[in-house]
Amino acid sequence: MSDDAPEPLIHARGLVKRFGDFVAVDGIDLDVMPGEAFGFLGPNGAGKSSTMRMIGCVSPPSDGTLRILGLDPRTQGPRIRAKLGVVPQLDTLDLELTVRENLLIYGRYFGLPRSVARERGDQLLDFVQLLDRADDTVEPLSGGMKRRLTIARSLINEPQLLLLDEPTTGLDPQARHVVWDRLFRLKQQGVTLVLTTHYMDEAEQLCDRLVVMDKGRFAAQGSPRELIDRYSSRDVVELRFALGDNEVAAEKLAGLGDRVEVLPDRVLLYAPDGDGCLAEVHDRGLAPLSTLVRRSTLEDVFLRLTGRSLVD
Amino acid sequence: MTTLSQRPVLRSYTYWLTQYRRTWRGTVITSVVSPVMYLAAMGVGLGSLVEGGSGTDGLTYLQFVAPGLLVATAMQIGSFESTYPVLGSFKWVRNYHAAAATPLTPSAILAGHLLWMATRAAMASGIYLAVVAAFGALRSPLAIVALPVCVLVGLAFAAPITAFAGSRERDSGFAALQRFVIVPMFLFSGVFFNVSQLPTVIRPIAYITPLWHGVRLARDLTTGDLEPGAAWLIPVHVLYLAAFVVVGVAVARRVYRTKLAN
Repeated sequence: MSDDAPEPLIHARGLVKRFGDFVAVDGIDLDVMPGEAFGFLGPNGAGKSSTMRMIGCVSPPSDGTLRILGLDPRTQGPRIRAKLGVVPQLDTLDLELTVRENLLIYGRYFGLPRSVARERGDQLLDFVQLLDRADDTVEPLSGGMKRRLTIARSLINEPQLLLLDEPTTGLDPQARHVVWDRLFRLKQQGVTLVLTTHYMDEAEQLCDRLVVMDKGRFAAQGSPRELIDRYSSRDVVELRFALGDNEVAAEKLAGLGDRVEVLPDRVLLYAPDGDGCLAEVHDRGLAPLSTLVRRSTLEDVFLRLTGRSLVD
Repeated sequence: MTTLSQRPVLRSYTYWLTQYRRTWRGTVITSVVSPVMYLAAMGVGLGSLVEGGSGTDGLTYLQFVAPGLLVATAMQIGSFESTYPVLGSFKWVRNYHAAAATPLTPSAILAGHLLWMATRAAMASGIYLAVVAAFGALRSPLAIVALPVCVLVGLAFAAPITAFAGSRERDSGFAALQRFVIVPMFLFSGVFFNVSQLPTVIRPIAYITPLWHGVRLARDLTTGDLEPGAAWLIPVHVLYLAAFVVVGVAVARRVYRTKLAN
């Protein structure tokens, strides 16, 4: 590097992943700096997991440049993986072994001496609040506990970069908040986090910077705030009318706010000033059944960029 | 400097060792009880009806059948350990995928598992050999060399079957493998009677089975009857079995790379 900027932990240019004729990742450019929390958002099939697998050095890029921790995954895979922590989308815990045995085996995979793996393992179990279950088999643990164990396991080698593929998918709200809390602490300790999610609140909670992926490309990138400013308005006014009245109402709403969007069950008005906008709705003689003025969220950005139709 | 226990192969081997700590009692009991039953029923019981002759190389039936059963056990262990555990590691437990995210390479993951299969073959065959000795069916101290032969036979089955199992999406092929490959070999590859008793047209099929080569080697060693004229056959048997290991490992490496680094 010519200037004194720190080297990015992840550096990709024109990164492509193909499976036969199918292009999963279609030429993305990416730099993730040390200490950042970086998120990939996108619908299923957008290419998030393929990107994560390339970054995790278990899937060779089909084309383009990729450097992880300054090394080339094509030739230095084991060296890079030694410094990564990976929380895969599907848990790969051994259900028949105990919580502690799962950690010890993983530590052995990294070549840690047994005593080190044991000591670190217990510290990590404490960190994810599972120390009292250390000698229980994994099988009967709840989904949230298994997820926390997977996170503890991913930290056994004290990784520089932690990759989390949908860390809280399928967890109940309590379990999600515990996971978020632990990830937030890691972030404060300076661990670089890269995660995929399709929960907007998760992205807003954890990520300094994120990209919205769609069909293998980046549809947008920036901080959560920047994305909302760029792709949505400050406020959203949600109006519900009697069944079938939405279209009629929408005509009368024309010109209000920045944008009007008609959904099957409600009409959305995107406006810089939601309350003022709602007052004008009433001034125009409209009487919606219910109204809601709220701040724009990433979800609004996401749906605008990737559409509302289902991707299966 | 990496110490021996730091070698990637042994790191991946540790997983199987840890797994085995939960199940070892059952397998040890099986490994003792099974040879006692087979040797008592086949060697002693059925053997009392068999008159030693050319069909048994002039041995008592117990002396004849014991090395055959010994090697067949190594085959059974090798072919079992390389089916469900391999498919399960890819599909159900997904422990291979867990390991692939660490510095371990697909080749090291494979090698550690094969080393474990070899360990299992050695353990079961060692116990078997001890039981055969207790039945008084060993005639030569060379019998101890039958143990590495058993490991070789175990791997001659385990390596190709690992490649096969690794490339499967379901366990549906395993029953057929057992029924149409393993069991016929067990019955017709010289374990229970000399292959020379088979009709001439069928004999070549027995000769190309790896089990027959293993049985020939083991029987030479447990009886100590190494005919000078047939000494050249010993390296042939060993190389034939080794070829199965080498080809099996080569194909399995490709399968593991495709599955774990795609």
